[in-house]
Amino acid sequence: MKPSPHRRGSRRPLPVLLIAILVAACSGPSGDELFVYSARHYDTDTQLFDDFTAQTGIRVRLLQGNSDELLERLNREGVASPADVLITVDAGRLWRAEQAGVLQPVESEVLAERVPAHLRHPNGYWFGFSQRLRLIYYNRDAFDPGQVTTYEDLADPSLDGRICVRSSNNIYNQSLLASMVSHHGAAAATEWARGLVANLARAPQGGDTDQILGVAAGECELGVANHYYYVRLLNSEDPDRRAAAERVGIIFPNQDDRGLHVNVGGAGVVRGAPNREHAVRFLEYLASDEAQALFAEGNHEYPVVPGIALDPAIEAWGDFRRDQVNVAELGRHNPEAVRIADRVGWR
Amino acid sequence: MTAPSVLASAAPRGSGRFRLGGWGVLTVGIAVLLAMPILVVLAHVFIPAGEIWAHLWQTVLSRYVTNTLGLIVGVGAGVTLIGVGTAWLVVMCRFPGRGVFRWALLLPLAVPTYVIAYAYTDLLQFAGPVQTMLREMFDWGRDDYWFPQIRSLGGAIALMSLVLYPYVYLLSRAAFIEQSVCVLEVGRTLGRGPTRLFLGVAVPLARPAIAGGVALALMETLNDFGAVQFFGVDTFTTGIYRTWFGLGEQAAAAQLAACLLVFVFVLLMLERWSRRRARYFHTTGRYRELPQYELRGVRALLACVACALPVVLGFVLPAGLLLEMHLREGDHLFGTRFMGFAWNSLTLATVAAVVAVVLAVIVSYGVRLRQHLVTQLAARVASLGYAVPGSVIAVGVLIPLGWIDSQVNLFAHERFGMTPGLILTGTMVALVYAYVVRFLAVSFNTVEASLGKITPNMDAVSRTLGVSAGTTLRRVHMPIMRGSLFAAGILIFVDVMKELPATVILRPFDFDTLAVRAYELASDERLAQASTSALAIVAVGIIPVIVLSIAMSRSRPGSAGPPAP
Repeated sequence: MKPSPHRRGSRRPLPVLLIAILVAACSGPSGDELFVYSARHYDTDTQLFDDFTAQTGIRVRLLQGNSDELLERLNREGVASPADVLITVDAGRLWRAEQAGVLQPVESEVLAERVPAHLRHPNGYWFGFSQRLRLIYYNRDAFDPGQVTTYEDLADPSLDGRICVRSSNNIYNQSLLASMVSHHGAAAATEWARGLVANLARAPQGGDTDQILGVAAGECELGVANHYYYVRLLNSEDPDRRAAAERVGIIFPNQDDRGLHVNVGGAGVVRGAPNREHAVRFLEYLASDEAQALFAEGNHEYPVVPGIALDPAIEAWGDFRRDQVNVAELGRHNPEAVRIADRVGWR
Repeated sequence: MTAPSVLASAAPRGSGRFRLGGWGVLTVGIAVLLAMPILVVLAHVFIPAGEIWAHLWQTVLSRYVTNTLGLIVGVGAGVTLIGVGTAWLVVMCRFPGRGVFRWALLLPLAVPTYVIAYAYTDLLQFAGPVQTMLREMFDWGRDDYWFPQIRSLGGAIALMSLVLYPYVYLLSRAAFIEQSVCVLEVGRTLGRGPTRLFLGVAVPLARPAIAGGVALALMETLNDFGAVQFFGVDTFTTGIYRTWFGLGEQAAAAQLAACLLVFVFVLLMLERWSRRRARYFHTTGRYRELPQYELRGVRALLACVACALPVVLGFVLPAGLLLEMHLREGDHLFGTRFMGFAWNSLTLATVAAVVAVVLAVIVSYGVRLRQHLVTQLAARVASLGYAVPGSVIAVGVLIPLGWIDSQVNLFAHERFGMTPGLILTGTMVALVYAYVVRFLAVSFNTVEASLGKITPNMDAVSRTLGVSAGTTLRRVHMPIMRGSLFAAGILIFVDVMKELPATVILRPFDFDTLAVRAYELASDERLAQASTSALAIVAVGIIPVIVLSIAMSRSRPGSAGPPAP
């Protein structure tokens, strides 16, 4: 069967389609747009972007993903990347981004004034915009909270088989361990991690929420998790979850010395950002009162700018001492922390 | 049964020199294109990784190896037992409910491993409803009773077997359906009872298909990240991820990936070698209605239970749990935005399925025409991607495409003073490319198994009549393989629907799929809300699975009219 001329014509759509895709792709970023790579997965962030657009007329184009993978993508896209801003959680990740050379320094009076010095990079590569606390939880029925007042206490042999902690694959735990390295040095941090692992009630598993639920159910007496997971349980639509949160008490560690371990959600301007001015403007917007309130409200986090109204659930906790070490330190010690975890068998 | 390869003699071998020819070149070309992302990652192997290996060796490596091996052996045994057993029951025996089980047994295919892991953990963990109820009922404390730990190697094996056995079921059932009555009758004449007929005749005959199915299930097991990570079972895949992204040691991570690949390669080659030159063709075209064993009483009940268990545990229960979670605390975005997610998932899955099937046909036909180490190696290399973790493939796709994009931009900037931005990365092109790299093995194994059953005499006759290889493929092989091509397409479709890591990394701006939505909520520890998207993935996945199943039961040669010319 010979193909008729008509038939032959029908084979053309593929190249035509390809060209169309190329042309469409080449038209690229235009006019007032801001390209954001974000590792935050909170639906309330949408409101943050909408507000920014309403204020400035700049449209936000969003790509959400996992921090480490977004970073890899930014890295590989190189000069062609459309990205202007990288938003991520945890200082460890912000540090990695800075180390990978995908961020550029920003000098902004607004940011310097509003974001406290220990919550941003010394040279302006990134800025923290929300704070999260890593707290210790205890089962109200089974545990006397007076026994544990510091993170260091978690390694005490008397707590054998009573603690729930998730995997050290998790960046929050890596940063907690990094803060131990920062304050006590690698050797002492290793000893601490070894003691903690020896005290585990079960092999590390699940997420932060699972540690709190483990404490509530009595699988363990103590657990470690970020504060907003607990608040989320308190506010859950599911009565079982609310009841579980009620069975759990909070310990604010290290109040008599350096203060409790604080981490940040933050953002930086991407090196080679096509819309650098917009990007800086966006960061400044994130430090504004409205944005800070939204940030705090959306995920029950603490704003970085003082004087913003807190989420009612966390306002009740009152004030407490927080570790003032620059969060960039947590990043610097991150690789060491991961290795320590491997060495002591914290899976 | 074991006919010498006619094809091999059809290829110009005598000259001593080997010519690839058009099909060979095409096959090798496709293989190179598809292997590129993996090779790019593996190229890191040559970068010295330094002392990190000593660290891995002393600390975590033995755990990665033991867990991975345990998982493979466990899941391999599990899927073979469930898949082959149920396929035989459904094809060869008559018992109540058989008509339903025939298609229902495929349903677990629509459930991603990470989803079944979420669902069962919620049910069976210490803080879950089952254990809580037991504790309250008997007033037990933590140490008063024993309950299997769901988040464990055993739990991972059980759950993965439950959702991955359909690969084996699908392929071995197709093989059982396509078997010739003559063989079975000869077996019976020689006095073989049903059991020995099954083990001694049918299973060996179906072995390429069974092996293909088990290989698919095992590769799916090897590259699984979501479920093992959630269960805290450290495997090679989680190790690669941690080494690459956590320790920032790309060279060492690539070397781990290389170990994994070598392992897979050896496994596949061992299977091939054990079959050696034994090739199985059905040489007669005599197909009648297969004789079936009528099961009654206890035996019928047992058969019923044996088929019902995998369906209930692998599909009904997890889907029910998800539904319950959805009703309790569902995703508030459910509605119009959800239609967008679903549409994106469907489009991607369809495009990827079509591309992957077309390429699989070309490659497997190329291998059939040019049976040579080069083409065979090319085919194996092209289908390696299935065992590679999705995130590794994504990085492998990013590296060359990102490089091309950068070069284009630099060039355009120098010449025309403009930067066109991204052309390949972050577009559908990159996504479909990654999917095909990852899933070609699925379509390839299916197509190859089907092509392998067409006796080479067909080719010989067609070629003797002066018909070109391409036309022979189109007019002889394709119509015969229609059912298998369709099956291959559906498998890819469902796989792409479930795929996560590559989609997350490579997708364009403002582009979310059901799997991405489920992941976003799950990674924020909102499992109950993620249930809505998970349920949608399952729901969208069921439809093609059922269609496939119906099409397959009609595809028995001889039972329908002759294949259309």
